[in-house]
Amino acid sequence: MEKNLLVLLLAGVLTACVTINIYFPAAAAQEAADQIIDDVWKIKEGEAAKAPIPPSVTTEAPVK
Amino acid sequence: MKQTWIKFLVMVIAVFSMHLAYSAPNLEIDTPAINALKSSMQMRHEQLESFYGSGAIGLTSNGLIAVRDAKALPLKDRQGINALVASENADRNKLYQEIAVANGHPEWSSSIQEAFAGRWIDKAQSGWYYQAAGGWMQK
Repeated sequence: MEKNLLVLLLAGVLTACVTINIYFPAAAAQEAADQIIDDVWKIKEGEAAKAPIPPSVTTEAPVK
Repeated sequence: MKQTWIKFLVMVIAVFSMHLAYSAPNLEIDTPAINALKSSMQMRHEQLESFYGSGAIGLTSNGLIAVRDAKALPLKDRQGINALVASENADRNKLYQEIAVANGHPEWSSSIQEAFAGRWIDKAQSGWYYQAAGGWMQK
């Protein structure tokens, strides 16, 4: 009788752990998505944040 | 009885360490199948990019793409757009499935698709269209 109870407990612990194991790693999935999308859309790092570089002021005017 | 308890403890420890192994933070995305899909999508994107910009196609809320306004296309492109969208969506569906399989959880594919859906839209260029609850929206 006690053994049956133990088996039941063991099964309970096992299923609880399995539930944890199939938990979906949402943050990792987002990271993976970011990497793949950047590659497919050829987004370079920091491109969105970067403002276009203003043309450098020519201090030396070409002397003719 | 004592032996049974030891067995039980060993089982618990085994299951717990399995759990630790599963909570590794990164997903495997570097497999031949995934890389092949990526490069196929990369090449197709050269064609798709201008269609996103003109609003002819848009990003759907489920991580795929759809024809939004075929009239935004030059006549010569209208014929091919459906096939192009269909092959892009086929690749995307395969990609979500392959990532799930590569990580030992084929049943994750719909959650992976959901994760991608949000990121495609977040990373879309301004002017591109995406599907929201109320219909098409422009970034």
